[in-house]
Amino acid sequence: MTTEQRTFAVLVDNEPGVLARVVGLFAGRGYNISSLTVTEVDHELGLSRITLETSGTPIVLEHVKNLLQRLVPVHSVADLTSFGPSVRRELALLKVSGVDKNRVESLRIADIFKAEVVDAGLEHFIFQIHGEPEHIDRFVDLMRQLGMVDISRTGVAAISRGPEVLLK
Amino acid sequence: MQSAQATNSEQQLLDEPRCGARIIIDCLQEQGVDVIFGYPGGAVLPLYDEIFKQNQIRHILVRHEQAAVHAAEGYARSTGKVGVVLVTSGPGATNAVTGLTDALMDSIPVVCLTGQVPSYMIGNDAFQEADTTGITRPCSKHNYLVDRVDQLSEKIHEAFDVARNGRPGPVVVDLPKDVQMAETRVYKSKEQVNRRSFQVVTQPAASGIEEAIEALSKAKRPIIYAGGGVINSGPQAAMALRQFAKMTGMPVTQTLMALGAFPASNEQFLGMLGMHGTYEANLAMYNCDVMLNIGARFDDRITGKLDEFSPNSTKIHCDIDPSSINKSVMVDIPVIGDAGEILNALIAAWKSGSHSLDATAMKKWWAQIDAWRSRDCLAFNQPSGEAEIRPQHAIKRLNEALKGKDYYISTEVGQHQMWAAQYLDFEEPNRWLTSGGLGTMGYGLPAAVGAQIAHPESLCIDVAGEASILMNIQELSTVMQYRLPVKVFILNNQWMGMVRQWQELLHGERYSESYTDSLPNFVKLAEAFGGKGIRITKESELDQAIADMMAYDGPVVVDCCVVRNENCFPMIPSGKPHYDMILNDEDKAAKPIEGAGRNMV
Repeated sequence: MTTEQRTFAVLVDNEPGVLARVVGLFAGRGYNISSLTVTEVDHELGLSRITLETSGTPIVLEHVKNLLQRLVPVHSVADLTSFGPSVRRELALLKVSGVDKNRVESLRIADIFKAEVVDAGLEHFIFQIHGEPEHIDRFVDLMRQLGMVDISRTGVAAISRGPEVLLK
Repeated sequence: MQSAQATNSEQQLLDEPRCGARIIIDCLQEQGVDVIFGYPGGAVLPLYDEIFKQNQIRHILVRHEQAAVHAAEGYARSTGKVGVVLVTSGPGATNAVTGLTDALMDSIPVVCLTGQVPSYMIGNDAFQEADTTGITRPCSKHNYLVDRVDQLSEKIHEAFDVARNGRPGPVVVDLPKDVQMAETRVYKSKEQVNRRSFQVVTQPAASGIEEAIEALSKAKRPIIYAGGGVINSGPQAAMALRQFAKMTGMPVTQTLMALGAFPASNEQFLGMLGMHGTYEANLAMYNCDVMLNIGARFDDRITGKLDEFSPNSTKIHCDIDPSSINKSVMVDIPVIGDAGEILNALIAAWKSGSHSLDATAMKKWWAQIDAWRSRDCLAFNQPSGEAEIRPQHAIKRLNEALKGKDYYISTEVGQHQMWAAQYLDFEEPNRWLTSGGLGTMGYGLPAAVGAQIAHPESLCIDVAGEASILMNIQELSTVMQYRLPVKVFILNNQWMGMVRQWQELLHGERYSESYTDSLPNFVKLAEAFGGKGIRITKESELDQAIADMMAYDGPVVVDCCVVRNENCFPMIPSGKPHYDMILNDEDKAAKPIEGAGRNMV
């Protein structure tokens, strides 16, 4: 069976251990998480939103969704990939260091990718780039060849397109 | 300051502050708990102090924390109530892990209170500290570390809700000692606790019921495959199962977990299915055209080889846990809800639609089933008199002696467990207590303790093997302390019988470490714990020994020495489909196990 990539959004009670439960569910079954973000989204109600990306066969992915839904602190789970179009965004910080012509080249590429310089010195730049993760991947590939020495990515945040709210 | 006042005014405040330990006891009393199975230690002393000061809740002192959980499971299974466990931090909690996993696998409602080192010492490698919530996260339905005394009542009540509702399971509440000792005026009653994120669907969707009835009413070879969900739903579900089977005339098979939901004596009952199930049940599953799975989960012991599992049937799967649907077997009609509610809905829909099955087709189907039945797959040969006792015969005679009695049977795990499942008859739910999912040796004796505590006047028998019983033999001391008339009926073949059987079938008869040398003298052992011991070796002694065991007003250990190399048949070897059963020893030679099946457990 073919392996598919999915983005799940999970609304959970912001309580100790909730992330461990979600991550443990994947780890204990040998499923891989390719991206994970989590932050409180409603302080009043104490709710956090987890966005995670994983891959597997359709059956495994359906099972993952049901297992997530079964966790006690989980309010709802949405499969943003199969439901319909969604917006996926990520932010990355890249440190490029060097003194040669690659330094200038990296600035030009950054300009093309609409990356922003957030720190600069005589021997380095730090670029901030955001957009779809695939867009960042392409930028990172180029920067790697131009002296990238460090990188930090946030992981994907995603939300469904259109007026409907998937997570309640 | 203002917000704190606002919160306080919403909560019901006690007139006088109480310590956390007292709050916990108050919660347990409010939940209707009448017994706790536990073992004290440093981190739970405040709780034990509060137990000492009251009379409503009885504490049963076990001899090992694993046994505390199994006893609570035995109590829960035989009553339908939540079993409650109290253990200390560190080793107390880690010892409970096997029991918790057992309860998780078999969906048994248990609340396990664990002591913890004071909250300000957590993470310091304090004496008897363990990361209890970390360790128990994958082996509990849910767990809590309560770090503020104000939250105690809410968390305890919530723990009971979670354990009991939906698919039941074990819930751990970790209680730091300083939280038990801190005082609070905050007490939430159980009505005030409602977790928004944990909402269980019990009523089935009308569309699912319609589809199910549509498929069932057109069936020519239907079968009902009932599981532990019918027991968990309560006695009413078992009654509904009987009613639905009666009104439709469908054959019924049950999993190991469900025995008793449908009466063994009913003509429509085909016996247990699965690896050691009956020939007729497994072949009916293979050949059926519509399967109604109610409260079972297509366990690997049931399905055998997955791609050949009931290949031509429309499968209806009724389960309260959506994650059970399409987990291993793809089904055609999923119905989410409580087993009892679903059965009631099916009954109502069958009635209102005035459905009946095709009589000719059903006659043919039953004739086929009767032909399979005539193979008499549970037959064995027992010479009488001086002859050695066959284990199957011992169980069969025990079953005869049990007729008309009020009894609860627990088992350990292995061959004796399967023989008990095959040869003992259960007419009612909640009478059969066995470790199915996890397969925990050492389960039976403490489970019998839990059942006996709940039903002091009933006959509680642990059908055991000589290897399993040694895993929690210390509980004979608990049995004596509370003067429990628990009976232990050991089928002693000196082997870890099921291990030996698999070594014979799959590992070239190399019996690696499956023989127990230096077994104890079980009679003296029973006597050492203050009970009665009986040892028998001959068929002629069997009935008398069973009668003596039942007549004795106190604990008895029967060491029933049986034929040593008996195999448990029928058997679907792992990785084989339902039609490929080994029925007896002659059959065995013709069907060597090879290939992928050897990788399975």
